Amino acid sequence: MLSQKLLVGSHAPYWHNGIGIRDKSAHTILAALPAVVMGIYQFGVPALGVMALSISCAMVWELILNRVMKRSVTLGDGDAAGIGLVFGMMLPATAPWWVVVLGTAVAITVGKWIYGGLGCNPLNPALVAIATLIISYKGIMDFDLAYLNYDFSFPAPDPLKAVKAFGPDAAARYSLTGLLMGQQVGGVGTVFGLGLILGGLYLMARGLIRWELSLSYLVGLVAAAYIFNLSNPEKYAGPWFHLLAGYTLLGAFFLITEYSSSPVNPIPMILYGAGAGVMTILIRNVGGFTDGVVFAILLFNVANPLLDRIRPRALGRS
Amino acid sequence: MIKRPFFAITKPKLRCARIWALPKETLVEIPPPKTAVFLVKGPLPKADELMVRVGDRVRTGRKVLPAKDRGEGFISTVTGRVSGISFCTGTMGQPYTSVCVEADDQDQWDDSFGLQAKEPSLSTFVDFLGDVPGAPDFGSLLKGSPAVETLVVLGTDEDLVVTKNQFVVHEEAEALKQGMEVLKKLSGVSRLLLLVPDYLKEEAEKIGVEVNVMKPLYPDTLPKMIMKNLFRKPVPVGKKCEDLGVGFLSAEAVAALGKAFSEGKAPIHKRMTVIQKDGSTVQARARIGTPVKDVLKALNIETHHGDRVVLGGAMTGRPAFSGEAPVEADTDAILVQDRTQIIPSSDSHCVNCGECVRVCPAKMPVNLLIRYLENSLFEEAAQDLDLFSCVECGLCSYVCMVRIPIFQYIMLGKQEAARIRSAEEAHA
Repeated sequence: MLSQKLLVGSHAPYWHNGIGIRDKSAHTILAALPAVVMGIYQFGVPALGVMALSISCAMVWELILNRVMKRSVTLGDGDAAGIGLVFGMMLPATAPWWVVVLGTAVAITVGKWIYGGLGCNPLNPALVAIATLIISYKGIMDFDLAYLNYDFSFPAPDPLKAVKAFGPDAAARYSLTGLLMGQQVGGVGTVFGLGLILGGLYLMARGLIRWELSLSYLVGLVAAAYIFNLSNPEKYAGPWFHLLAGYTLLGAFFLITEYSSSPVNPIPMILYGAGAGVMTILIRNVGGFTDGVVFAILLFNVANPLLDRIRPRALGRS
Repeated sequence: MIKRPFFAITKPKLRCARIWALPKETLVEIPPPKTAVFLVKGPLPKADELMVRVGDRVRTGRKVLPAKDRGEGFISTVTGRVSGISFCTGTMGQPYTSVCVEADDQDQWDDSFGLQAKEPSLSTFVDFLGDVPGAPDFGSLLKGSPAVETLVVLGTDEDLVVTKNQFVVHEEAEALKQGMEVLKKLSGVSRLLLLVPDYLKEEAEKIGVEVNVMKPLYPDTLPKMIMKNLFRKPVPVGKKCEDLGVGFLSAEAVAALGKAFSEGKAPIHKRMTVIQKDGSTVQARARIGTPVKDVLKALNIETHHGDRVVLGGAMTGRPAFSGEAPVEADTDAILVQDRTQIIPSSDSHCVNCGECVRVCPAKMPVNLLIRYLENSLFEEAAQDLDLFSCVECGLCSYVCMVRIPIFQYIMLGKQEAARIRSAEEAHA
């Protein structure tokens, strides 16, 4: 019987469009490269160290968690590398090694695996890690302190912090072109706006991220910043400054678009994106944190299951 | 295999195969089988119910009913001796009775259909022609209540690689016309409509019936989608197209009908597209009941251990578990895949990428549905997540990034939810 020729029987369909989760991870990493390379060029070898350590640590934690949870090894899907990459992009180039090790541990363990792994996380793992660091260790995410020993050709203070302390006059020191071209301090992969936009456009065109999320986030953020600016131009900076400073562009193209923690239906995607955009500006302008992206997106991650209940009527339902 | 395009900002447009897009193909005639196999729905009849026994002789064109008081049967496409009757299970646990007939060298035609065809009536359709190529369901179509008012003859093909209906419109216009005339006369349906892909409009109009055109894009070719897009009458959950007064028949079945009445012989041949491992296609014509291995042998297609052979189209076909599986009345294509071409399903969790939700023509919340179905919450899925809205196109599995067999889960869910409901009704 064993030598008998057997055919594989399986359920329809017998064709597949060929895409896999590994492609998604690979293309996300590819799309992030311009911003990362620019960050490494700008901040030097320490930035390279942070990125390399972050990606490799995330993968090691993934392997450990695979073993601990008695699951098959999932390194091949590239998700852990992607989380490590995005986490590393948000860190300053001078972040000490233990911050990277701890952060990736939090991202992979608390952010991803305690919920069951890929696809089960209710929050964006990289954001969980960054939020943990911001809350737990004062000063680690302070970009002014991080780049104290650097000598830049552009204004060295953290733009968002400067605006928060000194009002919109401080924003005038930063040219929008400069911000777009990476002339600001910040995370390794968050300063080069143009690179992030190009990466985001690439992912949107490939259909690997949901464009509704990114665009509604940016529209929500710009609209909220514009209203604030209109109501009191002496207190609040303009919308274009907010669009290009801090984590905004990374948030729009690489954070808010994380699959598992974001809605999939059209109206919820727009509400979710716009809501997170408005919340980012609320935190920046009114709240206690310098950059609102992290907590705004985390907050809307929590709202996701509720928002995603708004869905179109299925065929044949009255 | 249609791959995902480089730019994929919109949902995929899957174009059905067109006959003029295919290279010039000649129809390969498959020789009659030495042993024909016929599958009849339903479990193996008990000994006292059996109407046909091993050793009985059957003639070509004879309608054989294996069990007493059961409507299901088959038209023998060979003349010979019944060599075996056994039980087999198809996909989703569907029970079948399989009847093998060892064929003689010469055909001897049975004349019972010829006699009926001289004075055809509605019962001729129901009793005799349910097994013509295309497997039309005349029973529910013509005896249903309320009566079907509009009958749509599909000159389009439902699945991606299938081209049989388009060939009928292109090459068998006369038979199609005859079939439609017979159908109109006998059924009393007020409106008979021929639906063809846009590029066949001119040829279809020559037939002299009401013609509608559509773009041959999958899944718009499925009857429930035609109801929504052409008639603007979405089929409510739990209802069939016939309940809204619209019936569907394939052009292949109608043409076979026309031929059957003009020739006085029950149709025994089935035309199909055979897709080889390298993706090239061959048009073949075989007798219904021919084992697939005979078809593949005649076409010099080799299969090896671990390959996949599919009866039907790429999106909705059924797997052949062995080469013994026969060509049936609804086997529109035979898709042969090398084991290296098979993309296996996985048991990963849904990552919530939303591809399935975007692609679903029934606007179902597939991302939530799969979470319910994986946890066997069939009833809840039917109640809260529109499980029964599914039009069974298979696109969710086709686009799934983590390759979850979503379509299979949905079919299982439908079957289980229906079973639970009927059990509850029985105990109420």
